[in-house]
Amino acid sequence: MSAPRHLFDKVWDAHAVGTLANGQTQLLIGTHLIHEVTSPQAFGMLDDLGLRVRMPHRTFATVDHIVPTDRREEPFDDPMADAMIKALRANCERHGITYFDLASGLQGIVHMVGPEQGITQPGTTIACGDSHTSTHGAFGAVAFGIGTSQVRDVLASQTIAMSKPKVRRIEVDGALGPGVYAKDVILHIIRLLGVNGGIGYAYEYAGEVFDRMSMEERMTVCNMSIEGGARCGYVNPDDTTFAYLEGRPFAPQGAEWDAAVARWRAVASDPGCAYDDVVRIDAADIAPTVTWGINPGQAIAIDERVPHPDEVPPGERASVEEALAHMQLRGGAPLQGTPVHVAFLGSCTNARLSDFREVAAVLRGRRVAAGVRAIAVPGSTLVKEACEREGIDRVLIDAGFEWRAAGCSMCLAMNPDKLRGDELCASSSNRNFKGRQGSVAGRTVLMSPVMVAAAAVTGTVADARAVFAAGRA
Amino acid sequence: MALERILRVRGRGVVVAGDDIDTDRIVPARFLRAITFDGLGEVLFEDVRRGEDGRSLGHPLDDPERRGATVMLSGRNFGCGSSREHAPQAIRRAGFEAVIAGSFAEIFFQNATTLGLVCVALDDDALRAATAAVTGDASAELEVDVAAATVTVAGRTYPGHLPATARDALTRGRYDPLAELLANGDAIDATAARLPYVAGGRR
Repeated sequence: MSAPRHLFDKVWDAHAVGTLANGQTQLLIGTHLIHEVTSPQAFGMLDDLGLRVRMPHRTFATVDHIVPTDRREEPFDDPMADAMIKALRANCERHGITYFDLASGLQGIVHMVGPEQGITQPGTTIACGDSHTSTHGAFGAVAFGIGTSQVRDVLASQTIAMSKPKVRRIEVDGALGPGVYAKDVILHIIRLLGVNGGIGYAYEYAGEVFDRMSMEERMTVCNMSIEGGARCGYVNPDDTTFAYLEGRPFAPQGAEWDAAVARWRAVASDPGCAYDDVVRIDAADIAPTVTWGINPGQAIAIDERVPHPDEVPPGERASVEEALAHMQLRGGAPLQGTPVHVAFLGSCTNARLSDFREVAAVLRGRRVAAGVRAIAVPGSTLVKEACEREGIDRVLIDAGFEWRAAGCSMCLAMNPDKLRGDELCASSSNRNFKGRQGSVAGRTVLMSPVMVAAAAVTGTVADARAVFAAGRA
Repeated sequence: MALERILRVRGRGVVVAGDDIDTDRIVPARFLRAITFDGLGEVLFEDVRRGEDGRSLGHPLDDPERRGATVMLSGRNFGCGSSREHAPQAIRRAGFEAVIAGSFAEIFFQNATTLGLVCVALDDDALRAATAAVTGDASAELEVDVAAATVTVAGRTYPGHLPATARDALTRGRYDPLAELLANGDAIDATAARLPYVAGGRR
């Protein structure tokens, strides 16, 4: 009998090629995802070294970061966007890499496309030149972001050099209250453990709350692991995982499917295995959570007040003062009622079908407040089409939202979707860093999609539970 | 890919104050609209250094007395956020050889080390003292001893943190791992053959 092991160890050990001279592990990357921003330099390095792509069938590409979400005909208005997308297409063709381009009808944010196509599978290692690769951990994959030199390493060798992290199990038991979503769960976790609390750790999310979550909700949580400093976060695979994957284009089929499910069940953490750390959270303590500052850990429950610099530990005072100044907030004041100029529904955190269904359910028959620019950007072309089949696009458009095509859009504002001046954006995305949404003085308040809807219709940061109470009867 | 052994970094310092300096701050996303890393040194911390009209905002990086500094000092969780290697590329291309901070975000640390940019973490008190010494004297020389993971400035030596794997990689000139990764081709293929999950998937 071998000692019980957690999923992380099982996956790590299965993918360890060997130990490098400096003591790091040479880890096989089973599945590699690439996009237009962090891959061209890696292909350039490969060319400079005269190397080929070692296992082209293990790399998959799409375009998301810079792609326009309004006018999509090439050439794009931005000549550099055009050049970057042409470079990706050329690199994929030259090296025989599967590329989900705009014409495929399958394009989207890379962290949406992998799951939708069934490429993201339990027990695998997944890397991508994007920090939100942690999203794929929702399937029980060990998935993490890498830099461009490591993209080169994966292309050339299908491996990277990596040090094994510790594993922290985060258990959330009990029941979430009404109006509390997966986004609130992860914002609450980051608030508790800090934006650097996860450095050196992989997070295993476990407990009744995650057991009950849909795959889309689990993806929202795992997506923001990196905002808590954890390069990777995962949920053990279960029947919910398998039901999501069954029948998807790249998922195993027939007899292979049954064998895969047996393998996936076995990769889940064994009962009684040891963790480097365990954190327990009561679901009842989690409220609709919003950020008030300039990193995702600077968050409060919607009905709390913004911290006052005099009330925080001395080491945090400077950060709190900097954040209050940037956000134009007063310490000790409520955040509710703060005017909102832009409402953004999108990003790899919250732009899935279930997010838009929730929003449509509360927005039906309501209008975006005067003066609020409201943008809805589905995370993938498949999500866009599904929303349109269900009439969700009409509900959003009738409410006053712009309905766009798939991409990262205003999450990081590499395409034309940007904040202007010191606009305040109620955003379903993942980062509220200074300047993140394209304007140096721009302000971001992170929240769940339904809270974004509440902000859009009231023109202020608002508690969706109160705003939409009448409609919930 | 024989690389230079990096045993120590000596040079003058510049302080970029604050905790949680994210990679969007180091290189704003609009400068990622490129297919090379060329020119990133010039846009390092662009949005906190220059106003929209291009006017200098008086950032320490633009202090004439700090010109030629090779060591950057900052706070905790330096390099958090996006995985963009553009961030350490910009720091390196702007002439920096080491960053001293309270701690480093993991992806940034790995990206930086692969480029031979030395990242040493100091505990709060040591970081405060080293930062004060550099802030007070633009001519102060710092020395980072990579093998010992120490920082020396103004006659005091502070013990720091640098994982053994990175110390080994830097001091032995094998911080870019690609050659070593490629040398294990048979083992790579054998491991991949046991894990056919993608190859078996395509319909």
